[in-house]
Amino acid sequence: MVQYVTARLDASFAALSDATRRGVLEQLGRADASITDLAEKFHMTLTGMKKHVGVLEQAGLVTTQKVGRVRTCKLGLRRLEEETAWIEAYRQLWACRFDELDTIVEELKRQEKAGGRKKRR
Amino acid sequence: MTNDTVVERKSERELVVTRTFNGPARLVFEAWARPELFQRWWVPKSSCVTMLSCEMDIRTGGTYRIVMSHPSAPQPMAFFGRYLEVTPHSRIVWTNDEGGEGGPVTTVTFEERGGQTLVTLRDLYPSKEALDAAIASGATSGFGEQFAQLAGLLVSLEGQPPG
Repeated sequence: MVQYVTARLDASFAALSDATRRGVLEQLGRADASITDLAEKFHMTLTGMKKHVGVLEQAGLVTTQKVGRVRTCKLGLRRLEEETAWIEAYRQLWACRFDELDTIVEELKRQEKAGGRKKRR
Repeated sequence: MTNDTVVERKSERELVVTRTFNGPARLVFEAWARPELFQRWWVPKSSCVTMLSCEMDIRTGGTYRIVMSHPSAPQPMAFFGRYLEVTPHSRIVWTNDEGGEGGPVTTVTFEERGGQTLVTLRDLYPSKEALDAAIASGATSGFGEQFAQLAGLLVSLEGQPPG
């Protein structure tokens, strides 16, 4: 899981480092679109847009499907298992944070006792 | 008694994290509200993320700004917003403004029961699309909500000229 997450993260960052690609994700968040639509929208050549979509696809951010002569792009993580994996990663982050927080709460409790403060209810 | 961290997608636009702590609410709250304590747990050691600075004016209407760096990010990233509500020992609500309009509003509540404190954290996104985009970006993986917000931010930078 951790390795999966790390590799995924690096790919995501690389993919997101480009303004056009961020724009494409934003666009696909609203509606699926063909490569031609995207190229027009972003004033690019078809080849240029294909490259960007390729990077997003490799990072798992976008999936494409060719129907007839049109390649349609959509956000990559519509699949349930992807969402589940994401939520698990998110949970792990919070579990890590909260374990650290736990340590601090214990520390504060000890300090309070050591400080000999009167217990208040 | 378990101290598991549980996450649930409560609705199309809401994520909820819960966890119980073995201590009174005032101490758990203190660990959130004092920047020198907050910094020690917000960035997990395993994440490769470094917190470069942390400014928190923690009162209703106050603002915060946290700057973090990660080896795979070309430059440090700032996360900032405003505290919509700060009620000592029970509730903190803040905005996540680095994402523009796509960022969630986070509400954390502290409920004390028998010397233990249940912490409930809710990330409420403005729309289903905003949460889906955060998930789709995948950038949260492994190191956080803050980075999900970054991804959300990156994804929601509307009207930015294609570069």
